[in-house]
Amino acid sequence: MAHSYTPGLKVARFTVLRRERKLPLAGDVLVKVGQKVEAETVVARTELPGNVQTVNAANILGVLPEDVPDCLVKPIGSALKKGEAFAESKSFFGLFKSKCAATVDSTLESISTVTGQAILREPPIPVEVDAYVDGTVVEVHAGQGVTVEMRGSFIQGIFGVGGETVGTLHVCVDGPGEVLTEAKIGEDVRGKVLVGGSHVSTKVLRVAIQKGARAVVVGGFDDHDLREFLGYDLGVAITGSEEKGITLVVTEGFGEIPMAGRTFELLKQCEGKKASVSGATQIRAGVLRPEIVVPQEIAAGADQDGAGHAGLELGSVIRVIREPFFGRLGKVVALPPELMALETEAKVRVLEVDFGNGSKTLLPRANVEMIES
Amino acid sequence: MSLPKPDEIQSILATDCGSTTTKAILIERRGAEYRLIVRGEAPTTVEAPFEDVTRGVLNAIMEVEELAGRKLLDGEKILSPQKGNEGVDLYISTSSAGGGLQMMVSGVVKSMTGESAQRAALGAGAIVMDVIASNDGRLPHEKIKRIRQLRPDMILLSGGIDGGTTSHVAEMAELLAAADPKARLGAGYELPVIYAGNKDARGIVEERLASKTALVITDNLRPVLERENLTPARDKIHDLFMEHVMAHAPGYKKLMTWSPVPIMPTPGAVGLIMETIARDEKINVIGVDIGGATTDVFSVFQGIFNRTVSANLGMSYSVSNVLAEAGLPNILRWVPFEISEPDLRNRIKNKMIRPTTIPQTLEELVIEQAIAREALRLAFEQHKMLAVGLKGVQQERTISDTFEQTGSGASLVRLDHLDLLVGSGGVLSHAPRRAQSALMMLDAFLPEHVTELAVDSIFMMPQLGVLSTVHPEAAKQVFEKDCLIRLGASVAPVGPCKDGVTALKASLEFQDGRKEEVSVPFGYLRLVEVPDGQTVKAMLRPDRGLDVGAGKGREREVTLRGGVVGVILDCRGRQPFVLPQDRTQRITKLAEWNEALDIYPVLARV
Repeated sequence: MAHSYTPGLKVARFTVLRRERKLPLAGDVLVKVGQKVEAETVVARTELPGNVQTVNAANILGVLPEDVPDCLVKPIGSALKKGEAFAESKSFFGLFKSKCAATVDSTLESISTVTGQAILREPPIPVEVDAYVDGTVVEVHAGQGVTVEMRGSFIQGIFGVGGETVGTLHVCVDGPGEVLTEAKIGEDVRGKVLVGGSHVSTKVLRVAIQKGARAVVVGGFDDHDLREFLGYDLGVAITGSEEKGITLVVTEGFGEIPMAGRTFELLKQCEGKKASVSGATQIRAGVLRPEIVVPQEIAAGADQDGAGHAGLELGSVIRVIREPFFGRLGKVVALPPELMALETEAKVRVLEVDFGNGSKTLLPRANVEMIES
Repeated sequence: MSLPKPDEIQSILATDCGSTTTKAILIERRGAEYRLIVRGEAPTTVEAPFEDVTRGVLNAIMEVEELAGRKLLDGEKILSPQKGNEGVDLYISTSSAGGGLQMMVSGVVKSMTGESAQRAALGAGAIVMDVIASNDGRLPHEKIKRIRQLRPDMILLSGGIDGGTTSHVAEMAELLAAADPKARLGAGYELPVIYAGNKDARGIVEERLASKTALVITDNLRPVLERENLTPARDKIHDLFMEHVMAHAPGYKKLMTWSPVPIMPTPGAVGLIMETIARDEKINVIGVDIGGATTDVFSVFQGIFNRTVSANLGMSYSVSNVLAEAGLPNILRWVPFEISEPDLRNRIKNKMIRPTTIPQTLEELVIEQAIAREALRLAFEQHKMLAVGLKGVQQERTISDTFEQTGSGASLVRLDHLDLLVGSGGVLSHAPRRAQSALMMLDAFLPEHVTELAVDSIFMMPQLGVLSTVHPEAAKQVFEKDCLIRLGASVAPVGPCKDGVTALKASLEFQDGRKEEVSVPFGYLRLVEVPDGQTVKAMLRPDRGLDVGAGKGREREVTLRGGVVGVILDCRGRQPFVLPQDRTQRITKLAEWNEALDIYPVLARV
């Protein structure tokens, strides 16, 4: 196989990013091509059809389903207030009346002559989509939304929790190997995106929430903390819709793992700038990783991204992404073409890595990721 | 490419587009039989940046070209028919890319037509996202909300026996109409809905759904209470899968033009192979395919085929869900060494977020295989719950049934009647030692009495399944010679016994005339070497409380098939199978069993 290694997460000081911002249903686009937008700008709006309630009119009225239409006192399509009757039946020479009333504010959508059910549609639910990043509208998808282009820095995490948010970047630790503790979260973190080092616990996350921080970016997080934070054991890595009061982006993995030096340095350089953060992760059919996007103008050519995905080659810098050397960085010193047996006796494609101490270690190619720029 | 006559086919190229990898195999006629020549693979390219499944298919075929040393492609076109050493006579494919076929089914009574509809969809290779029924306990608006949220590829609506009441079917159709569901792929096309319910309600269903959905009407899948008729609904699901779902998935329109045979959903193709084995050999079969995201279980008992898919039990994307569903103690019970719980939890989560990594150390391999046992066990539990007889059917009882009160809806899966257990998928097909796969299957399924174990060598059952629809002979030959690796028979006495008591005595007579007497104490495993292709005649004498298929304490004469592992005498107990509660005792026991089958190279070090 040509690519039996993981391409790795992107950490780019300067890149051009495009983000599609689309409505779940057709609606109105509120901006034009070429228009500058801020992350908070609403770019498209629509109304979702309201929820449906059913009322068993035939039962309530005590008539046969096919007779329900004759009992209507409001025509189909009428707007109804909660408690307002839309059908009546008379019995015992007209002395007793049964009324069928709306259970919610709604529109009378239809009546079934087979089941005797009335379908009531609740008022529409407004839905808005914002730009998420500061940038320029480069494309309008008629009736659906827009594509926004952003220029600036871009960092991908490996796993996240929580949806999109925006805040000012604030580095809380002195180095990438430092644990983010309660003491390092000051009183001035309201509305900010906090950058920690190697680890954060649920207890500390709760302090950040209490002090009004919008997001936390950190190297590692423990699974038992995740369970405590979410309130359940996460089975499949599909996240982004949690409403926990904060967005969490983990850059390296589970456990206490120092944030990659490059990632930490870049975040430090961006301190004080506005960042758009998303914790949405989906590791299945269309991989989606959490991200930190910092719109900023940087002189063209300065560490510009766009090297593309060159495969693994001698001299490539890699990070080990599985035990027993999990998290270690090294340089590829050999790429033997033949399959080699591991301690498990499985025969796989391997590479030889120098961890910087001169000694060489054999690793499966599947267990390393390239450090990409 | 047009479909050649079977006897004109000299070579076959078959691909399976999985969610992560596209696999290609080349089959050639060598003399009188068809054999597998090479296998190639490449990442599937359904997602961005490629968004065209054919790219991955071409890459996999290119690898086959390189390995086989023959030209199969002319640019982006498959050369056909074969001329000399170039091209192939037939190209076929299966697919589960892009999440496979996701369906919602609906019936009137959840445990009756709802379950029948579920079986029809599962049998066609779909993932069933939800079963909506009149009596599922949800309020109408809750059902409507759920239908709107799901965005399935297709809906199967059933309900009522022919000539029965139509009002409940009308109610379900009204709910569907009110929900106005949208298809998952492509905003611009109508959602396919198959109606396979009471024929008297067809007009009512048409009136309510024809204008809002792409409605297709077929025969009732439960025409009378006592009988299911799933084939017409299954066939319609396959047709619509091609016409609607596949046609909207990236690149599939092109792929469909390459093959004269319809593209089949991967699990549907594997199911076909399982049905074929059971029918041809007149045996009861269980097959399992454990993947990264899902685990499929297939069974054929008394000629009745059943398939279930456990959508969130798998070894990479879903590995963390195995932990969530099985619980840590259940995984740890298979690990023969001490490990800290937080460390194990973090390792499992790291596998989830980096699903393509592989175990490098023996310790990691043992942990992965422990998780696999639980994933298989849970998937099998789910299968047993769905593979049941028809519910709501009145049963005729004779006097002899008086003391056997099995109600309607009892599971069809009887481990004591199982003849063959076939494993497939990375963790089973690619285990470094085949004995590891054998023990994983024994631990997870706990087969009883005499059962043969086998694995799919390189996971090519999907391709062979679709091949069996056009060339059954070729599919059978490759399946027997190159696909199925026979591990050997297992003998497992059922019943309670005391540790250390002789549970089984066996007089063995090998094909070379050699004779051997073996006795196995309760709580132990014993491996008898019987090579693949050979059999051994055995007189089995269980302890008086134990049963090997002839009744408690009764001897049984059987012919046991050998395999690459051998014949396994498994006297660890069935009904119950119990692992020691004490951690030290449990670790000692696991180590003994591992040693008996020579599972791991240097387990003492672990």
